[in-house]
Amino acid sequence: MVRTALAVLVIDENRIRAAIIEAGLREAGHERVTVIHDVTGIARRIAEIEPDVIVIDLENPNRDMLENMFQLSRAVKRPIAMFVDRSDQASIEAAVDAGVSAYVVDGLRQERVKPILDMAVSRFNAFSRMARELEEVRGELESRKVIDRAKGILMKSRGLSEEAAYTLLRKTAMNQNRKIGDIAQSLVTAAGLLGPAEDE
Amino acid sequence: MSMIAAHQVTAGFMPLFDSAVLVAAGELGFAAREGIDLTLHRETSWANIRDRIAIGHFHLAHMLGPMPLACNLGLTPLASETIVPFSLGLGGNCVTVSNAVWAGMVAHGAEADLDPARAGASLGALIRERAAAGGDPLRFAVVHPHSGHNYELRYWLAACGIDPTREIEIVIVPPPFMADALATGRIDGYCVGEPWNSAAVAAGTGHIVTVKARIWRNSPEKVIGVRKVWADENPEALAALLRALHHSARWCQDPANHGELAAVMAQAGFLGLPPAVQMPILTGHLRLGGGGERTIDDFFLPFDKAANFPWKSHALWFYTQMVRWGHVAHTPENLAIARDCYRPDLYRSALKPLGVALPGANSKVEGALKVATAVGATGAGLVLGPDGFFDGQIFDPDEIDAYITGLKSARAKA
Repeated sequence: MVRTALAVLVIDENRIRAAIIEAGLREAGHERVTVIHDVTGIARRIAEIEPDVIVIDLENPNRDMLENMFQLSRAVKRPIAMFVDRSDQASIEAAVDAGVSAYVVDGLRQERVKPILDMAVSRFNAFSRMARELEEVRGELESRKVIDRAKGILMKSRGLSEEAAYTLLRKTAMNQNRKIGDIAQSLVTAAGLLGPAEDE
Repeated sequence: MSMIAAHQVTAGFMPLFDSAVLVAAGELGFAAREGIDLTLHRETSWANIRDRIAIGHFHLAHMLGPMPLACNLGLTPLASETIVPFSLGLGGNCVTVSNAVWAGMVAHGAEADLDPARAGASLGALIRERAAAGGDPLRFAVVHPHSGHNYELRYWLAACGIDPTREIEIVIVPPPFMADALATGRIDGYCVGEPWNSAAVAAGTGHIVTVKARIWRNSPEKVIGVRKVWADENPEALAALLRALHHSARWCQDPANHGELAAVMAQAGFLGLPPAVQMPILTGHLRLGGGGERTIDDFFLPFDKAANFPWKSHALWFYTQMVRWGHVAHTPENLAIARDCYRPDLYRSALKPLGVALPGANSKVEGALKVATAVGATGAGLVLGPDGFFDGQIFDPDEIDAYITGLKSARAKA
């Protein structure tokens, strides 16, 4: 039996994540992949694409609209329902945890869909991890910038060396059991309120 | 004296005003005073709430009244048995149409008085005029197929001789996008909770033509849906939570607290809209568009008129509408599922220690109370109704078969 290639539609407002999913699908040999970021006019697109599988990000506020349309719209020739493997509660939870779900046309065999959902789940998780790490790096950079400004204020207003200014910030943070970035932020804010002591 | 939280409870909600009783229970200390550590999670769709209840992320959630029925009747892909021990209020919705549709309705006799019969008659005349001219059917939006909005919109249209399955199109649009979809012409009208009707009026792109409180006075809207497995295993936590919700609802109803409630809901993590936008639902004073204004009695009740009591007759009315519009087959098994979904017994046993007024019955004949009526109930001072349907129909939950048959023949005539 020759299997026809599955048409896969990815609906994700996050372009980067959508691109990562698309790449994963192509690596797995799926060639008929379409990505949509904006659901405006989606009924017409579905009529054109006739997807077998739809991968959707669960944070999409249009999910109720999409579910209803998959079931009822005249554009949808065969009803499309959420893919739920009732024998595998863990995989259902993994998908919801990851924030992704697959919808499949009526009658499509489970073993053809499962690998697609599994891939999407692992890539969604990888993306979240990446976004989290990026956020941490960004926070760290931000805090380093604030510390530099706080050091500058101390150097100017108290005539300290850069090293002494840093030591003072660190000691204060330790004494108050707070992060050095928080102490620096307080100092910068206070200096801003108190007037022209700002060093820029 | 501070109590140590004995119960950890996790709840989901949608950023809609009628989550207020749940939000206030968490934010203003009502839950903590009952020994509940309530964690609230804001969600982006009803489907997410359904999924997270099903896999146990949430113990309970703010839900559309018919949603737990849909779960238990197997109408949703992921479902766990969900029960309703508490209702979050009565009313709160409106039907809003575009300026073009309103102009067409006015040409057929509509007036800015929110009268459902007059509005429906003029809309029907407009629809037939459009059909005769070969125009596309009007497109209305609701928030979810299994929603009070969908069923009351259809009930209103059908009672006015409009077949909602053939003469208009009904689509799903998330509440915050309704006004925008109306302004850009993607839809011609919608039924949604406040403030998304007043939003279109304020933008000058819509007219409120009637309200839920006029279609079916004091009718059910959102509820607390609880994972039955959790409820069975944690009866004390559930009872404590219901008492917290009761105190919260009483506080939310008091006009003296409306300013503070609106400020809580205005926070970004909850509704995230300015307090002024929330006042119409709290006061019942609505601007209708084009300069018209109206104050609607019982527009939205978070507490009064036994608003929190999970009447089985409310669940059963939703069930009749699910049958009516082909969402579910009317069978003895399905009827039994619908009958068991709302749990006034749990509400009553949780609140009994408080000595507050409680309805004596689990069901009532909907539409029987023509005026506000003090009822013989445990405790004192319980007033119910009026609870009339605008078309004068009565729903007797003991006569379900006859009611469903009556709906079918009405539809055949339409």
